[in-house]
Amino acid sequence: MNSNANANANALPQSGTIRIENLRKSFAAAHPGHEPHYIIKDINVTIRGGEFFILLGPSGCGKSTLLNIIAGFIGKTEGKVALGEKEIVRPGSERAMVFQQADSSLFPWLTVRENVEFGLRMRKVPKGERRQASDHYIRLVGLAGHEDKFPKELSGGMKQRVQLARVLANDPAILLMDEPFGALDAMTRRTMQKELIRIWQETNKTVIFVTHDIQEALLLGQRIGIMSVGPSSQITDLYDNPLPYPRNVTEPKLIELLDTIQSHFDE
Amino acid sequence: MNRWKYWLLHGVLPWLGVLAVWQLVALASDPQFFPGPYLTLKGAIELSEDGSLFTYIGYSFARVLSGWLLGSLIAIPIGLVMGRFKFIRAITDPILNFIRFIPALAFVTLFMLWFGIGEESKVILIMYGTVFTVIMNTMTGVLSVEEDKIRSARSMGASEWQIMLHVIVPATVPFIFTGVRIAMSMSYLAILGAEMVAANEGVGFLIWNARLYFKTDWIFVGLFALGIMGFTTDRLLGYVGRKLLGRYGVVHSGAAGQRARKPRKAMQPTNATGGNSYGKVG
Repeated sequence: MNSNANANANALPQSGTIRIENLRKSFAAAHPGHEPHYIIKDINVTIRGGEFFILLGPSGCGKSTLLNIIAGFIGKTEGKVALGEKEIVRPGSERAMVFQQADSSLFPWLTVRENVEFGLRMRKVPKGERRQASDHYIRLVGLAGHEDKFPKELSGGMKQRVQLARVLANDPAILLMDEPFGALDAMTRRTMQKELIRIWQETNKTVIFVTHDIQEALLLGQRIGIMSVGPSSQITDLYDNPLPYPRNVTEPKLIELLDTIQSHFDE
Repeated sequence: MNRWKYWLLHGVLPWLGVLAVWQLVALASDPQFFPGPYLTLKGAIELSEDGSLFTYIGYSFARVLSGWLLGSLIAIPIGLVMGRFKFIRAITDPILNFIRFIPALAFVTLFMLWFGIGEESKVILIMYGTVFTVIMNTMTGVLSVEEDKIRSARSMGASEWQIMLHVIVPATVPFIFTGVRIAMSMSYLAILGAEMVAANEGVGFLIWNARLYFKTDWIFVGLFALGIMGFTTDRLLGYVGRKLLGRYGVVHSGAAGQRARKPRKAMQPTNATGGNSYGKVG
């Protein structure tokens, strides 16, 4: 249902699909006789390989929780989350997370290059190969020339790019992004959004992108899952955005979609 | 301002001021009650003539350094493990938090009984003084490592051991550094007590023994020696820390650290990354 040929041309086969069925998550123990307090409840969605999928919802609706479960950082309470045939129970190198605050996940004692090469170093990839890979991805995210800087010498947008490069260097099939541009100023955010689309089109990864910004959701996503207000959040609607890339906030069709989704929340 | 001017203003001038005030007060008082800088200097020369001052300093230094080093080497792995594994922490924390409040000095006579009156008992006493501070600071450091760093490492394929070695340890370095730095001053504390009670040489011995001869100037020499020893070791530690461990976020409040640095070109983040050395515990 989407007309962007590039995005699906090299889409992953069935094995790259993420299937979520009847997923529930509760952090507290259940009181006897009462239903447990669920953060998210009865989540059912299938995310196709190579797709740019958005999870859109207000703050506190559990979208980060859902993302963390897909990443394998926290466990589920009930239901099923599977990547292809395999159930997800722990973190794996095929699912990479980009956090909202680069500061909390980047390693400040390593340079940009060393950060990007971290995953490869852990997997004992030889130095020459590592260097080639880090060169490639640092250039891909637009940070050429900054390889030997430390994170504290970089701006917020640059740090996010390092995070992106670091994550891409391990060639994960799926990118999980938790409001990655939320902490950036508007102009940097716009730049990063465009860069992300460019990188996504070049690398054909599956992207699951969490945001509370409807405009951002429409600029980036092919499919948008709306999450209701918590607790017991569900994915209440799925909207398609078939518009071709690169998209513009002033496009009439986009504004139409914005109106539709906005009114959904205004109810 | 240039380096020499800074050094003059912040290093030399205040000390000249102190010396001046000290000498004035001494002039108004009895030389045996409160010797001035001149008498103290004479006392130092007196003690250096037969080399005993340097011998004493050497002994004290050796004891402090070996106890501190050994204590730290033992404490750092313990702190790392306690911080990382909730189970171990649950068992050991209550015990540690009880024992650490017993000051090292309280053990002087006991250690003499257990380990003899030689060097061992003193070094072990210093180790005791060092160990708890370093464990607490290290453990705090491990517990302060942001979860996102560990999660990132995990999804990049790092094993638990790799996470410990390549994420937790580097992130904890500033805390470990603070711990060993504080432990150093506690070591000097411990050695004083030990040498006063059970030694025939050392700066503590000098200070304690001087009372038998009413040599207050020797006491002052001892005090000064301790100050200089502590100052030197701390500065050295800071220098080594900054040079070798600068990239891990080790900061040291030495003179060099307070001098104005070249302004950075890129924007500064509003929060410190990678922790800083102000997690003082112990």
